[in-house]
Amino acid sequence: MDSRIITALEVVLVVPAVLVGYILATERLISLAQGKWRERIRPWLWLTPALVLLTAFLIVPTIQTVWYSFHNKDGTQWRGLDNYAWFLNGPGLASLVNNVLWVVFLTLGTILVGLAVAVLADRVRYESFAKSILFMPMAISGVCAALIWKFMYWYQVPGVPQTGVVNEVLTKAGQNPIPFLIDSDFKIDTFALIFIMIWMWTGFGTVILSASLKSISPELLEAARVDGATEWQVFRKITFPLLAPTIAVVSTTMIITGLKAFDLVYTLTANGSYDTQVIANEMYNQYFNFGQYGRGAAIAVVLLIAIIPVMLFNIRRFQFQEGIR
Amino acid sequence: MTAATIAQGESPSHLRRLLRRAPLHLALGALLFIWLIPTIGVFINSFRSADAITSSGWWTVLTAPSGLNLDNYSQVLSQEDLGSKFLNSLYITIPATIIPTMLAAFTAYAFAWMKFPGRTWLFLVLVALIVIPLQTTFIPIGRMFNNFFGANINGTFLAIWLAHTAYGLPFAIYLLRNFMGSLPREVFESAYIDGASPVTAFFRLALPMSVPAIASLVIFQFVFVWNDLLVALIFIGPNTDNQPLTQALASLVNSYGSGWQYLAAAGFIAMIVPLLVFLSLQRFFVRGISAGSVKG
Repeated sequence: MDSRIITALEVVLVVPAVLVGYILATERLISLAQGKWRERIRPWLWLTPALVLLTAFLIVPTIQTVWYSFHNKDGTQWRGLDNYAWFLNGPGLASLVNNVLWVVFLTLGTILVGLAVAVLADRVRYESFAKSILFMPMAISGVCAALIWKFMYWYQVPGVPQTGVVNEVLTKAGQNPIPFLIDSDFKIDTFALIFIMIWMWTGFGTVILSASLKSISPELLEAARVDGATEWQVFRKITFPLLAPTIAVVSTTMIITGLKAFDLVYTLTANGSYDTQVIANEMYNQYFNFGQYGRGAAIAVVLLIAIIPVMLFNIRRFQFQEGIR
Repeated sequence: MTAATIAQGESPSHLRRLLRRAPLHLALGALLFIWLIPTIGVFINSFRSADAITSSGWWTVLTAPSGLNLDNYSQVLSQEDLGSKFLNSLYITIPATIIPTMLAAFTAYAFAWMKFPGRTWLFLVLVALIVIPLQTTFIPIGRMFNNFFGANINGTFLAIWLAHTAYGLPFAIYLLRNFMGSLPREVFESAYIDGASPVTAFFRLALPMSVPAIASLVIFQFVFVWNDLLVALIFIGPNTDNQPLTQALASLVNSYGSGWQYLAAAGFIAMIVPLLVFLSLQRFFVRGISAGSVKG
């Protein structure tokens, strides 16, 4: 039998057993301690495994990355802000511009389409079916989505039968087919990639917004209608403001998703060719293909800085939720 | 009301109502159509020969069905060695789901039901860690794995299990802590009065009562790891023996020329597991993803 099966089986059986054993052992250890010390020690013993992992794999590496970002390619010489200057004068600006496009259009797209579907589906009997269809792309990987859309965007020269749906539609409408994934005019390729991401994430927006929509009291809407408000006024003056907090939550998720965009660019445009590069792909390139630790670290720090506002928003939101509990 | 009166009363107004609502159904129908078409196209192409795929669109099959067969599937599993990549994905995903979930369960219990100084502060750090970009950890962890207790584990399952466990923990603890924290206080208080230890309260009460949240978390983490490309690229890297499906598939999509006829079939093999999980456990899946809205 493949030795890897045995290793995997061992891990699946042994590690959980060790974890349970650990908890039981801590209780033995605690019973040796004096009365009130037991309650003081116990939580820390329960937290230790997770805290060790989080410190070793997230907190310390993040600090080290900041340190690397001020150093040369293998971390042996101090270089000050050189790596940041290189990034902003080199591939950085183009990546940042593309990431801004990703963030803006991905967020707008998922929220607008998601909201539209949530509102429309609310009025039909096949609502759960419709939401399932829209949500399905969430289950598949970025790589699979890339593959699916590679077929959608497939390009054949004019005159030959088209094999991709989008270009078939264009040709039938009398237009020339477009090589979507390599055409950087007007950033067509970047927008083609962003559209795939919208396809993947709209269901997420729909499900979250729809849940929030259903929590709005129907009496409130009915009262407004009785008072003579049009459907549009009801939506703008009542529904939308009540949905705003939920829209903010969906937006933060989409902003992070846009900032971290990687899989589609890696898979469909050869890690950011044809003017489609984004921060995450540039970081991978510098670190993995060129062994430039300093530059890679600086790019990672730029990404971290871009995400910090969302981090603070989440912390505030959490504190608020705890406060009203 | 009898059926006859309904029919009588409805026929004119029912029709009018249907007409008035036609734009609604059309708009929704068009959207659903757009959302389904890409996947349907790949599904049909996965049964067509390389020549057919490159010379005509998949929709031509709808009017003239011919030449559909399972060759691509058998080829892709044997020649492109996707069968073993499929197993690799399972080897990677199952431990990387079970371990963080277990770890998170008792950590979450400590956060929810034990009092200790710095609890709120520590949990806020955890909330911050949920969205931290993994990129900021790759370089130091890669170097740590070069000499991990004396061995270079880059490219091994151990490396990616450790990475996914640590990366998955903040969100896992967050989700379970919020759920466990909302369990009724009386349950635990009466258990403690009856002399139960925290260990008993955890295994006998908190865990069984948290099954819905744990199910959501397991599905979320499973699909997340199964679909991951970036972490595999960094920690499995060029070691083709241990690569998961996503990595093998990405290089297949990247390489023009040779693999076209396999692509569609390979894609479906990679999709089948998360799609089955989604279709069979949709309720938990949606709940897990919705809770994950903080994760991004």
